[in-house]
Amino acid sequence: MHIAEGFLPPAHAVAWGVASAPFVVHGARSLTREVREHPESTLLLGASGAFAFVLSALKLPSVTGSCSHPTGTGLGAVLFRPPVMAVLGTITLLFQALLLAHGGLTTLGANVFSMAIVGPWAGYGVYRLLRRYDVPLMVSVFSAAFVADLSTYCVTSVQLALAFPDPGSGFLGALGKFGSIFAVTQIPLAVSEGLLTVLVMRMLVQSSRGELTRLGVLVTSATGRKRAESAGAVSR
Amino acid sequence: MSRNARINGLLLLAVAALAVLPLVLGLGDHKEEPFTGADGEAETAITEIDPDYEPWFSPLYEPPSGEIESALFSLQAAIGAGALAYYFGLRRGRRQGEERASARSRDAAGAAGGDVAAGADTGAGAGGDGAASGSRD
Repeated sequence: MHIAEGFLPPAHAVAWGVASAPFVVHGARSLTREVREHPESTLLLGASGAFAFVLSALKLPSVTGSCSHPTGTGLGAVLFRPPVMAVLGTITLLFQALLLAHGGLTTLGANVFSMAIVGPWAGYGVYRLLRRYDVPLMVSVFSAAFVADLSTYCVTSVQLALAFPDPGSGFLGALGKFGSIFAVTQIPLAVSEGLLTVLVMRMLVQSSRGELTRLGVLVTSATGRKRAESAGAVSR
Repeated sequence: MSRNARINGLLLLAVAALAVLPLVLGLGDHKEEPFTGADGEAETAITEIDPDYEPWFSPLYEPPSGEIESALFSLQAAIGAGALAYYFGLRRGRRQGEERASARSRDAAGAAGGDVAAGADTGAGAGGDGAASGSRD
């Protein structure tokens, strides 16, 4: 999903940068607040960032005969809410832009918008929706990671189609073109990311039960009852 | 526990299968250059749509060869995997230490009269010595 350095016209590059900046600033605030109020969560925060780091370095072959990589942002979004992932995703993208010539500084805003903002929010939204209807935790986690991954690549396709509409078929034609490159390739990779996220979440449930309960991912019987009661009150 | 491990193994196996199948089935054979990066294909598509477009900025640093690039990608994956392994190792060690300490204090409390049993237990491990000796006194 990395739009290469210099491959967005200046106006687009600036616009995406302006759109992303508030999310990253807000994310940095919630990250420092989380660390200050719950110093014990620093380790798990690091692990969430590390997961995004590994997954976005894994280039995997796909059914379309090309390679792409997962994003790894769904896990952190479920654990710490999306704003935190805006920061952790930006760090990952900066590393790749500066050291790997993968992505770029002029396209950083656009890439942050797709991978570190829309992806985490879309995944988190799906997660919350499924949990509200008492879908099992691991199914919700899989869906969150799948949606976070796939939506990132859909946004990249839209960004490129906006910048480079097809001379004949316009925006939609270009969207089809970029979508077939990115989104279709990404479907099996999003499944892989979902499975890996479920794997890590299973390990977390075994190793960090207290932490997951504090973050609201695991529900103790007491809070579960409270939640059920308040849900009943709302429906009444 | 073993059921747990089996499920985790199956998850990893499924991910591996998803990665290997496109290669085994030769899904890249229709391409001139199979299994290139989607990012690069998007660049090609841009130049097809707008042949006059010139990238107006170039990367500050570019890995001088494919080898260096793959080295840096491995570095990225290694940093991430290392941090994850540290996290899970630390958690596991802490949990084991806590379990051992609580088992030890339970033993010590149970064998309040029998010094021989408590003494033999102290020699067995190093994990929860502090807690064990505290409860023995």
